[in-house]
Amino acid sequence: MQTKNIMIVGVGGQGSLLASKLLGRLLLTKGYDIKVSEVHGMSQRGGSVVTYVRFGDKVYSPVIDKGEADYIVSFELLEAARWTEYLRKGGKIVTNTQQINPMPVITGVAEYPADLAEKMQAAGIQVDAFDALSLAEQAGSAKAVNIVLMGHLSRNFDFTLEEWLDAIEKSVPAKFLEMNKKAFILGREA
Amino acid sequence: MKQLMLGNEAVARGLYEAGCSFVSSYPGTPSTEITEAVAKYQEVYAEWAPNEKVAMEAAFGACLAGKRSFCGMKHVGLNVAADPLFTIAYTGVNAGMVIAVADDAGMHSSQNEQDSRHYARAAKIPMLEPADSAEALAFTKLAYDISEKFDTPVLVKMCTRVAHSQSVVEPAERVEFSKTYEKNPQKYIMMPGNAKRRHPFVEERTKALADWAETADINRVEEGSDHSRGIITSSTSYQYVKEVCGDKYPVLKLGMIWPMPEKKIRDFAASVDELVVVEELDSFIEAHCLSLGLKVTGKDTFPCIDEFSQNLVAAKLNAAVPETGAKVADMIPARPPVMCAGCPHRGLFYTLAKNKITALGDIGCYTLGAVPPLGALDTTICMGASISGAHGFTKAQNGAADNKTVAVIGDSTFMHSGITGLVNVAYNESNATIIIVDNSITGMTGHQQNPTTGFNLKGDPCTKIDLETLCRAVGIRRVRVVDPYNLAETETAIKEELAAPEASVIISRRPCALLKYVKHNKPVRVESDKCRSCKMCMKIGCPAISMKDNKATIDNTLCTGCGVCAQLCKFDAIQAAKED
Repeated sequence: MQTKNIMIVGVGGQGSLLASKLLGRLLLTKGYDIKVSEVHGMSQRGGSVVTYVRFGDKVYSPVIDKGEADYIVSFELLEAARWTEYLRKGGKIVTNTQQINPMPVITGVAEYPADLAEKMQAAGIQVDAFDALSLAEQAGSAKAVNIVLMGHLSRNFDFTLEEWLDAIEKSVPAKFLEMNKKAFILGREA
Repeated sequence: MKQLMLGNEAVARGLYEAGCSFVSSYPGTPSTEITEAVAKYQEVYAEWAPNEKVAMEAAFGACLAGKRSFCGMKHVGLNVAADPLFTIAYTGVNAGMVIAVADDAGMHSSQNEQDSRHYARAAKIPMLEPADSAEALAFTKLAYDISEKFDTPVLVKMCTRVAHSQSVVEPAERVEFSKTYEKNPQKYIMMPGNAKRRHPFVEERTKALADWAETADINRVEEGSDHSRGIITSSTSYQYVKEVCGDKYPVLKLGMIWPMPEKKIRDFAASVDELVVVEELDSFIEAHCLSLGLKVTGKDTFPCIDEFSQNLVAAKLNAAVPETGAKVADMIPARPPVMCAGCPHRGLFYTLAKNKITALGDIGCYTLGAVPPLGALDTTICMGASISGAHGFTKAQNGAADNKTVAVIGDSTFMHSGITGLVNVAYNESNATIIIVDNSITGMTGHQQNPTTGFNLKGDPCTKIDLETLCRAVGIRRVRVVDPYNLAETETAIKEELAAPEASVIISRRPCALLKYVKHNKPVRVESDKCRSCKMCMKIGCPAISMKDNKATIDNTLCTGCGVCAQLCKFDAIQAAKED
């Protein structure tokens, strides 16, 4: 099987590490070779962050380069737009519609671009934009946005709901399990 | 059972399986998780040392006592530990000693892009370089065997993309290891007479290691179908080469980067038409090939700046590069890292910027005080440089009346390398003003304990070094503590201490707002009708404040109610929420 490439992008502190952990767990049980590349340290402090998840028969590079991503899963709209050059032809963006202003916008030296989802579509990109934050709050916590997004992404893969839920069970503390399962299903059905 | 493991966790697993029982490190991205992960194994004693030099010396002591030992650090940390390194290279070890050093090509979280491979050659000790987590685990274990067989400390070189990538590993059981200590002054006392006898041993050892490298299976040739080109590579560069070329060209993958196998390299070069070296940062393998008189393509084609990727390697090897995806908007605003909402450093940096003070900075979260709109810092060099620099700056100004120079250093950085600088301030009597930003944790690397926090790496309560007492003991008479959430108090302290005719220390104390035990206040409220859109509150660069319809608004999910913005508002438009 040719290597599949998933990028998880967002703002430092939004929980992309848990999303990639969940994906990794699931893919490992399916017998794939996997590489997950994360960002730690300085850029985590509210900066733009990206996690690369790659799986297939044999994976060499730990990173995804421009023109390679099958999916970009984004926690935030501007971050989805930032990474579009990494999509391969026919690749897809799954994004939360939440907007978080970066410091240059807050201080007024830059503007948050308008209508980004529409602009991405106009550029010929497949965009699946939805309000993951509301669904996460509905599940019980705004912090579950990561799991809602994974639920929505899961529609693009053949893995069963049970397989995904099993991976969630192995990735989150028991006291948050039910909330996360609910978040996943809300995302999957959205 | 197969597991996904971070490269750093795999090093930790390797330490565990190899029977390592003593670990001493100082945190530094991208090396920190090795020590955090190994601390979770009951069988391993693990600690945070105040700095890398202390960590390496402690690890040496433990190996001398007969236990396999380890210290881990980032590339710049090895500069701090270079002094013991170059002499432990002479004494050799008793039980095995392994040192991990993690480079940061691309400078994701570093102040320079140095290539630590030079240390292996300069200190004349072997260096292994894993390319993924499975190798990180295996090479760490192998490093102990090499250490004991050849009587040498062994460097394991990580880099960001190996340290912070997860890949598949298969863990095994731990095998305990222990030796006894026997006194051996000729080997361990490096006074000139003994050191002169050890130096020839070191040179012979390098030759023996180079011979070993010829047959070691970690230096392997992977056959290719097209011998018009052969590639020598290691670490992540190997992954990019294989990603791009597959099995097309033969590849000599070096798992041991120093010393290198001369015959193996010559044989490989002879088997291909064009010899190419693909390596990140400096010319190291290439330089060695050139010293062997081989014709080689390397840094004339590949950059010595930034990290590589598969597209870069493809372009340089004239292979196909995928078509880039569509660009959506011309202007995507950057999203740089920012000081968190509620960060105790903010009030201090605002005060420094407001008073146009020259602030020599240091290494930590507070480096973000340099970023607009605060822009409160003048320098960032290395751990501890703020205090020594402020001493020199103040002395050079020769007591100018308008002295407006301070050093800004964090609690952990002060313990690491600030104390000796402060001794110099006291001893040579400059009237420098030193501000220790004490947020009661090592912040930037992700909340590690340090000697001022009262807890050790394993989370147990321990001796807490008292900063005030320490500064006074060093000889600083003027030591005072301020709360950086209180702008008036902070400003008064800075003005008074700058005016003082002698050295002083201001401890700006507030725990990091991200610490779990720190209780946040309710978010502040903006009374919109009072807001005159003066944007004073925007001067502190708080991510929780923005202007909406020309009025200040607060993001309630981010605001910690620290109240610094409220103190800036001249129209009382920002109000602290009433307590229940």
